[in-house]
Amino acid sequence: MTVDTETAQARTQKLEGLGTKRKRVEDARFTQGKGNYVDDIKLPGMLFGDFVRSPYGHARIKSINKDAALKVPGVKAVLTAADLKPLKLHYMPTLAGDVQAVLADEKVLFQGQEVAFVVAEDRYSAADAVDLVEVEYQELPALVDPTKAMAPGAPELRDDLKGKTSGAHGPRKHHNHIFTWETGDAAATDKALKSAQVVAKEYIVYQRVHPCPLETCGCVASMDKINGHLTVWGTFQAPHAVRTVASLISGIPEHKIRIISPDIGGGFGNKVGVYPGYICSIVASIVTGVPVKWIEDRMENLQATAFARDYHMTGEIAATKDGRITGLRCHVLADHGAFDACADPTKYPAGFFNICTGSYDIPAAHVTVDGVYTNKAPGGVAYRCSFRVTEASYFIERMVDVLARKLNMDPAELRRKNFIRKEQFPYTSALGWEYDSGDYHTALDKALKAVDYPGLRSEQKRNREAFARGETRKLMGIGVSFFTEIVGAGPIKNCDILGLGMFDSCEIRVHPTGSAIARLGTISQGQGHATTFAQILATEIGIPASNITVEEGDTDTAPYGLGTYGSRSTPVAGAATAMAGRKIRAKAQMIAAYLLEVHDDDLEWDIDRFRVKGAPERFKTMAEIAFSAYNKVPPGMEPGLEAVSYYDPPNMTYPFGAYVCVVDVDVDTGITEVRRFYALDDCGTRINPMIIEGQVHGGLTEALAIAMGQEMAYDELGNLKNASLLDFFLPTAVETPAWETDYTTTPSPHHPIGAKGVGESPNVGGVSAFSNAVNDAFAHAGLTHTQMPHDHWRVWKTAERLKLTAAA
Amino acid sequence: MSKMHLKLKVNNRDVETLTEPRTLLIHVLREQLGLTGPHIGCDTSHCGACTVDMNGRSVKSCTVLAAQADGATLLTIEGMASPDGTLHALQESFRTHHGLQCGFCTPGMITRAYRLLQENPNPTEAEIRFGISGNLCRCTGYQNIVKAIRAAADTLASVKEAAE
Ligand code: FES
Ligand code: FES
Repeated sequence: MTVDTETAQARTQKLEGLGTKRKRVEDARFTQGKGNYVDDIKLPGMLFGDFVRSPYGHARIKSINKDAALKVPGVKAVLTAADLKPLKLHYMPTLAGDVQAVLADEKVLFQGQEVAFVVAEDRYSAADAVDLVEVEYQELPALVDPTKAMAPGAPELRDDLKGKTSGAHGPRKHHNHIFTWETGDAAATDKALKSAQVVAKEYIVYQRVHPCPLETCGCVASMDKINGHLTVWGTFQAPHAVRTVASLISGIPEHKIRIISPDIGGGFGNKVGVYPGYICSIVASIVTGVPVKWIEDRMENLQATAFARDYHMTGEIAATKDGRITGLRCHVLADHGAFDACADPTKYPAGFFNICTGSYDIPAAHVTVDGVYTNKAPGGVAYRCSFRVTEASYFIERMVDVLARKLNMDPAELRRKNFIRKEQFPYTSALGWEYDSGDYHTALDKALKAVDYPGLRSEQKRNREAFARGETRKLMGIGVSFFTEIVGAGPIKNCDILGLGMFDSCEIRVHPTGSAIARLGTISQGQGHATTFAQILATEIGIPASNITVEEGDTDTAPYGLGTYGSRSTPVAGAATAMAGRKIRAKAQMIAAYLLEVHDDDLEWDIDRFRVKGAPERFKTMAEIAFSAYNKVPPGMEPGLEAVSYYDPPNMTYPFGAYVCVVDVDVDTGITEVRRFYALDDCGTRINPMIIEGQVHGGLTEALAIAMGQEMAYDELGNLKNASLLDFFLPTAVETPAWETDYTTTPSPHHPIGAKGVGESPNVGGVSAFSNAVNDAFAHAGLTHTQMPHDHWRVWKTAERLKLTAAA
Repeated sequence: MSKMHLKLKVNNRDVETLTEPRTLLIHVLREQLGLTGPHIGCDTSHCGACTVDMNGRSVKSCTVLAAQADGATLLTIEGMASPDGTLHALQESFRTHHGLQCGFCTPGMITRAYRLLQENPNPTEAEIRFGISGNLCRCTGYQNIVKAIRAAADTLASVKEAAE
């Protein structure tokens, strides 16, 4: 019998379970250059694919001549739509119920669209050949503005949809219209607006941006013609979904397809979709019989794969004179680009945009979203947010500030006044979501106190007076934002993608010597799953995290799951992990009872062992039980210690937070310095505070990029004007301020460990805090709203318009 | 295209390879020499993922032609640890201070930080931020990278002091 020598505290520490700042197990390989990303994969005989892309936003393809390209030494094939047509592969289904051209069929619809796929022995000869494919185009007028795209006489973009008056999400009211999605109570909202004492109205654009992970998208496809097996390594945020889609498209049975996501260099939503490069690589490997690699370069990444946002929102918010919000209406014109390739759950073509009542108890609300085709890249992905939640949060957080201006009320006070109160949870919003838990007042009060909000406001007052006296050319702005996210998609009853319920999974095997392996349906792209999921399990089954291997991303070994995006890993796969762990523990309890010759119920769990109640000196450790599982189990029980759990979450989780940003705007240059940024997050139970903090830093930095400088700007001809990192703003360490982080903890009542997910919150809450701060800097000069991004030029233009600049 | 005979000293090893003169150094390293630590994030010299040390300076190896590198002495992330396997102080401190997430920028970031600390062994936070501004990270928000570099500077200083 083992002697109980260690203290409970020592045993707990050894586990490195929930709540510990466990160092990451991934880091050893990454810091030594031993990561294994897709472009690191090198297979014998491997060829390289490269695309010929459209230089035009909208044009008819008159002819394609491959002759010169095929003469380049090393070139094996040049594929065009004509080659894919007999295989019915020139179009592929999108995740949103539309189709997307794999290689342009007769027409190109956006700059950078895939026209031909060159396959060659190395990337240099492929690139040489790309230049030699002669494509003759006839240019057509391009539509880059969704409002103009919906004009009666606008050119028809999608020839393949000609005459179709309905699509995957209902009727189409115009040839460039995709869907109308409507939710809420139109009549009640109309009444609230008509009878309101005060109504504020604003047109708010959330510009087109791009997730732009540091690693671009790519894959290696390898068709083994002898046994008919296809293996694809790639930057896939949802490997199992890719396998299913690949099977449906190619007709290869699903058991003969193996999808592997190796290390992924950041995803942020960019790597959820299925791109033409994947399909072309697979086809090319089938045609040539050898592996084919395709890696997009940065320009291709920005031009063609997965933009986000492009939401043009018109809002009206009604309130009483003393600031009680009574109604909210929103209409969105959603620019989806040339194909509807959003990755939203099927029933939600506008994602969870209807979380746009935010953190407020608003009695009546109504939302309509019109999806529109334009000559821009397809996408509309959830860029570091749950589906369209960033758009929704930005909308409401700007609207509340706009209303505060109109009411002449402090924006923090207006928020406090309208918050859903703690005792109202679970709370059903006017647009139908059931918020699981929250304590908004506590969070905001803590934030305001931490930054000395009254002190900041009086400093701002002095700053404005000094500005008026001509003593300074800088204006101080204070941005407050309070967000509620909706993450963890989601319950199968209302969330599926391509008919696949959005559950997730975990399979655990405990080895005889008391170590274990856990496999999940998700895939880390930097979130540190190998570290954190082991922590969840360590606490559940009493095996030290360092003795638990976590594996993801190989569809041959991992259980089916819907992948990692929309902050769903912790809420869904994290729950599956805890549940699978509990199954292990339940079996372990029976084994322990048998070994100790007591009834199951006479045992109690103690960190890493079962003890006999009332006789604590009698116990069996998890390690002992594990060994016993393989040689001595109760009669009738199967040997082994394994479990699998497929977790269908009963509800989404609703993380929230309060952010405060302080900026100093130089009115003569437009340069806006972020003096201070305080972020309080409540993500429920905290699994690893170190990783949470890292996620918050990263998300805030992406929010900074979006609010202060990012925009995928198209000119009238459909040229993307900033398709390189020279022109597309990614902050360096110099532009990035130091972040202050804080937290409250309000566990999710329905999640097995109470965790809610955090990776995307800072992006959701951050953007509006920055934008509110810039708008606030000019509030006293009469500004209510100015569009993002708040780059130096635009900020200076705003100052000029308000006659604050030196010249004016 | 005719090939050239390229001689390099990489991570203290003499290597020779045949390559087209136009081949970019990053491709020579990654595809011919099997050193996949340095990554490609943009191939337009903006992101720094491909940073290596060449003749005692940080270079973005996506913007160096093989022909330009002939005869050069190079250090990549793979050569950062001591021959006995002891990790460099920067490699240790990136882990302890959570200075990485997806890890894609990390090899370039550490290689750059290595040169920065050679040039300025005791940098201020602002100097660190400026010193790594040629290296983009999309995951960490830099705060912990800055912390990690500063901590490594301290470690290196105390090691040096002990040795003196
Ligand atoms: S790949 Fe060299 S700087 Fe980006
Ligand atoms: S850790 Fe992902 S880019 Fe830096």
